[in-house]
Amino acid sequence: MPDDLLNSFMTGPDENGRFGDFGGRFVSETLMPLILELEAQYEHAKTDDSFWAEMHHLWTHYVGRPSPLYFAERLTDHLGGARVYMKRDELNHTGAHKINNVLGQIILARRMGKTRIIAETGAGQHGVATATVCAKFGLQCVVYMGAHDVERQAPNVFRMKLLGAEVIPVTSGRGTLKDAMNDALRDWVTNVRDTFYCIGTVAGPHPYPAMVRDFQAIIGQETKKQMMEAEGRLPDTIIAAIGGGSNAMGLFYPFLDDKEVGIIGVEAGGKGVNMKMEHCASLTGGRPGVLHGNRTYLLQDDDGQILEGFSISAGLDYPGIGPEHAWLHDIGRAEYVAITDKEALEAFQLCCAMEGIIPALEPSHALAHVMKIAPDLPADHIICMNMCGRGDKDIFTVAKHLGFDMQA
Amino acid sequence: MSRIDAKFAALKDDGRKAFVAYIMAGDTDFETGLEVMKGLPDAGVDIIELGLPFTDPMADGATIQLAGQRALEGGQTLAKTLDYARRFRENDDTTPIVLMGYYNPIYSRGVDRFLAEATEAGIDGLIIVDLPPEEDDELCIPAQKAGINFIRLATPTTDDKRLPKVLQNTSGFVYYVSVTGITGTAEAQSSDVAPEVARIKAKTDLPVIVGFGIKTPQAARSIAAIADGTVVGSAIVDRIGKGDSPKDVLSFVRTLADGAHSA
Ligand SMILES: Cc1ncc(COP(=O)(O)O)c(C=O)c1O
Repeated sequence: MPDDLLNSFMTGPDENGRFGDFGGRFVSETLMPLILELEAQYEHAKTDDSFWAEMHHLWTHYVGRPSPLYFAERLTDHLGGARVYMKRDELNHTGAHKINNVLGQIILARRMGKTRIIAETGAGQHGVATATVCAKFGLQCVVYMGAHDVERQAPNVFRMKLLGAEVIPVTSGRGTLKDAMNDALRDWVTNVRDTFYCIGTVAGPHPYPAMVRDFQAIIGQETKKQMMEAEGRLPDTIIAAIGGGSNAMGLFYPFLDDKEVGIIGVEAGGKGVNMKMEHCASLTGGRPGVLHGNRTYLLQDDDGQILEGFSISAGLDYPGIGPEHAWLHDIGRAEYVAITDKEALEAFQLCCAMEGIIPALEPSHALAHVMKIAPDLPADHIICMNMCGRGDKDIFTVAKHLGFDMQA
Repeated sequence: MSRIDAKFAALKDDGRKAFVAYIMAGDTDFETGLEVMKGLPDAGVDIIELGLPFTDPMADGATIQLAGQRALEGGQTLAKTLDYARRFRENDDTTPIVLMGYYNPIYSRGVDRFLAEATEAGIDGLIIVDLPPEEDDELCIPAQKAGINFIRLATPTTDDKRLPKVLQNTSGFVYYVSVTGITGTAEAQSSDVAPEVARIKAKTDLPVIVGFGIKTPQAARSIAAIADGTVVGSAIVDRIGKGDSPKDVLSFVRTLADGAHSA
């Protein structure tokens, strides 16, 4: 582990948008000038105090930051080992971490004079956050959502419509998150002049993975400070769920050079990481490839064709993972594990019963891993997991899996 | 001289514009697609763009997306797409074949292995949509070294400042994408395209071929008139997808080729 800046894990990406061999700018020529322009604008905004002043103002007064760091006392007692903390990003306006990033991108879009915002969404949380901020600023908003996800996340579809967004169900491919991203990219190459593509995770061509990480890093920055206040030291282990990896990167990034802090990313194991690919664990069950503008680990067949993932959680149902995670995995700075649907559902229920918090299915995966490791850790070991979303959107899915009839 | 360079030299001697046709390998099935491909030169096609199917064709509209899906469902692979070239070369050693698609199937195969196989199969050029000049080290440079042309797309968003970078490692010809958007949608206007072609030709000696949004013999003619040639893809793939026989598809191709050649 590094002791000096030269060996810092926080200097990436390089000028080509690479984290080691991962990342890059694999887009069509039509989009290339647009992402170069975005990069220039972002590089400028990043060091502009007025940009961050606007962000912090809205984070405080619109989103409700800082989100609390909460000691889960009953859960800690129940597990009988490590002390478990939760970073409560589910308390943000719109119910997830997604809005941290959306605010940054929309402020940037406004500075660039863009009037039409497009986004892709899986669980609908990023779509809702984008629709919300567009409503606040009076911007046109178009959200691409896989037809399959439109069905399983109906409440969020209605929310987006209430907020004035146009929701376009995507039927190309198999109608999930990756297809929604394809259609959003197709929209962007068609409407290059007025449109800003607001990507919802740390994926896509450079500068998106770095930019989205920087906007989500507020999670880790707050956690560090709050943990010092609560415990007088940094946590021993930090844990987050991974779809594309934005809530995880947001928590992890400020800790990358704190060598005493263990980092664990939790992928969606679906029905189990098996040969039938009934999971979304890109790092655990995939190999490097190029999709959606970057090189990263992907679920793919022997011919390099992309496979559909499988997960109970629409927000984790993506065959790739942000390139910075691929790099952290390969160099061994972070550990990546998979949690099955069944384990996530158990964690979901335990969290409701023990802490009075209905978690989203995505962080339920992170919590399930906490439940696995906490009992065997000593009582002075501190774990912090990212409670990155609330579960209101998931109650229908969970009811179905638990055999509960909502109509009765 | 590469097959592509030889073809353009011959067209120049004849005073004719190039007609380029795109089809998807394995569409609607292996034998049907191959039969169409083998008939293209006799239908007046000067250069064949052979689509390599991919699950996530981000730059393509519905027509070519569906063609790719049909091909993949029928078991088409990169290896079988190279078989198309091999089978075609049994009877035709002059018509250039340009493989068009996305990077991941090639990356997955391994760049060196792919280039060796493609050269042996008789592939002359590559158009890989998601490899801009910023990623030239990936495939463009190795391909040129292996003697395969790397044909770059220039687009309406490629401004004068960027154009030299786009042209730098391009060989064979330059493919001007006439609209901002995906394949198979908007119709290009020759009055909009003409100044763009002139802008590119001022910076390169390579032939400039125009594609995207060209669907009829009339459009093929008016676009070919202001460039070195024209590409038609979706309009042909559409007919294949509708189940037209290879014979009917090829007679439609003939009308397009005649349009381009009358320019
Ligand atoms: C609550 C929640 N957590 C996690 C995710 C997955 O995204 P990421 O891995 O980028 O945080 C989503 C995506 O929709 C989500 O809604």
